[in-house]
Amino acid sequence: MTDPHGRDEATPVSAGSGLKMMSRATYLKEALLKNVFLLCAVMAVAGVALIFLFVGYRGWPVIQNPGLGAFLFGAEWSATYGKFGIAPLVTGTLVVTIGALLLGAPLAIGTAVFLSEIATPGIRRIVRPAVEMLAGVPSVVFGFFGLVIIRPIAAEMTGGMGFGALSASVILAVMIVPTIATLTEDALRSVVPGIREASYAMGATTWQTIYKVLLPAAKIGIIDAIILGMGRAIGETMAVVMVAGNAPQFFKGLGAPIATVTSQIVIDMSYASGDHRTALFGLAIILFMISMGLVALVRALSRLNAKRS
Amino acid sequence: MTSVPAVATAHEALTGNPRFSVRGLEFYYGDFHALTGITIDVRENSVTAFIGPSGCGKSTFLRCLNRMNDLIPGTRVEGKITLDGADIYGPGVDPVDLRRRVGMIFQQPNPFPMSIYDNVAFGPRLHGVSKKSELDEIVENALVRANLWKEVKDIMGRGGLTLSGGQQQRLCIARVLAVQPDVLLMDEPCSAIDPTSVQKVEDLMAELKSSVTIIIVTHNMQQAARVSDETAFFLQERQGEAAELIEFGRTAEIFTSPRDRRTEDYITGRFG
Ligand SMILES: Nc1ncnc2c1ncn2[C@@H]1O[C@H](COP(=O)(O)OP(=O)(O)O)[C@@H](O)[C@H]1O
Ligand SMILES: [Mg+2]
Repeated sequence: MTDPHGRDEATPVSAGSGLKMMSRATYLKEALLKNVFLLCAVMAVAGVALIFLFVGYRGWPVIQNPGLGAFLFGAEWSATYGKFGIAPLVTGTLVVTIGALLLGAPLAIGTAVFLSEIATPGIRRIVRPAVEMLAGVPSVVFGFFGLVIIRPIAAEMTGGMGFGALSASVILAVMIVPTIATLTEDALRSVVPGIREASYAMGATTWQTIYKVLLPAAKIGIIDAIILGMGRAIGETMAVVMVAGNAPQFFKGLGAPIATVTSQIVIDMSYASGDHRTALFGLAIILFMISMGLVALVRALSRLNAKRS
Repeated sequence: MTSVPAVATAHEALTGNPRFSVRGLEFYYGDFHALTGITIDVRENSVTAFIGPSGCGKSTFLRCLNRMNDLIPGTRVEGKITLDGADIYGPGVDPVDLRRRVGMIFQQPNPFPMSIYDNVAFGPRLHGVSKKSELDEIVENALVRANLWKEVKDIMGRGGLTLSGGQQQRLCIARVLAVQPDVLLMDEPCSAIDPTSVQKVEDLMAELKSSVTIIIVTHNMQQAARVSDETAFFLQERQGEAAELIEFGRTAEIFTSPRDRRTEDYITGRFG
């Protein structure tokens, strides 16, 4: 039987409201799930906090020995002489990162423009996964590639053995291409389609449309992509260790051996003790702060982007 | 083309040379035959309205006139379209140059994410104008003709996207007018904007038509009746079939005494 509202009379209906009550079992399941997710979130945050506290605890004594000034601006890093100035390492990181960006960013942006604006769907279906796969190659493999292919070419170009800033920059450039290319392509694709059409309808050529309309419109997304690529270059260790020559000295030329913050940590950590070990943890704090700065920058930019549109 | 359908007769009383001449146009999206046998003359110094139910190929036809369909892979055009006597699909014709002469306004206002000034200066800069004083003059002139100058003259540096939808649409019109096109194609330019702006757009069309040939696609019968000199009615009779031009003539005649039963049905709201 159904009543005039088409409701089956047999269905239990809670008094008055006409809505079914949530059963106790459902309620418990919901509450449990909520807490499981909360726990996951808490663990993630706690993990970051613990790492930060641990590294900070082990590293903070650098403030006393060698002292903050001598640590940050000291020109010599030498375990043998107990000198722990990180300036050569920080500049080393800076040099290879800038080198990687100068070489890698244009290549990556060009790849992104090709994928989003020029390639036919068929070609894109081949190229895009290939670029993405590059991101999944283990860095030690890049290191081998650098060692066997890049280093001899660098040696040819700069004289010497080829272990140094040039090889490291080139290999890092290759490694950051997938990051920057895929994110830039996403940024180009998320440009409102209307303005692409508008540009062509105004009598712009493909090239004019790309550099006068699309790249400026996707600017913030592209800067974002570059910053993330930069983060990857700064953090990359293994491949750099294999080709950089690992001499903690100021930049002396593209062919001269160089060391970075991360490469020095990984090389020294296996045997360091005492002040040396503390200095390595100090280096880790610096690295931590650089990455947090980059993440903050990305977030500030995306807020800016959201406000603009 | 040998046979030209009867559409031409309604023109006799009108003055003005044909700006666009279309003869036996067939259009394909890949395997889908979208338009068939389109033959029409669009006269200079006039406003021509394209009407018809949704999906009958009005936009498709409009986009044949500035070769925007070239950008969609797999499309194909047969037949002949001439602009001032020159075949626009002829060998060696540069679609980029054609699009400068045949401007287009879209249903959704689509200003570039740059300042109001830069939006209007975009076209002239593209075509080599770089002197500031010259650009200033072109920009002001275009904005005046687009009925927008009074509203934006003090905020030229502001982003085009900060304007209201209706203002954005007039900004897009100014952007096109800045390159002095011969023809303005408008694809439902008023269906996404506020009534005040609709009024302003209709006013500017009346002022522009002495210098620019205007073709407007509209779903609004009253608008077609108000703004146009001639009206073309398109119809896709059955789903999946190519659409045709059913009737073309002076707007007053199409709306008061259509010759085709299907035109009458559409205008009186019996379908579509
Ligand atoms: N890019 C496209 N690819 C394939 N078919 C399309 C495309 N654009 C439009 N069509 C089809 O062509 C027909 C005409 O569409 P359109 O010209 O947009 O009609 P209207 O503007 O009159 O509403 C429709 O059947 C539509 O589905
Ligand atoms: Mg349409």
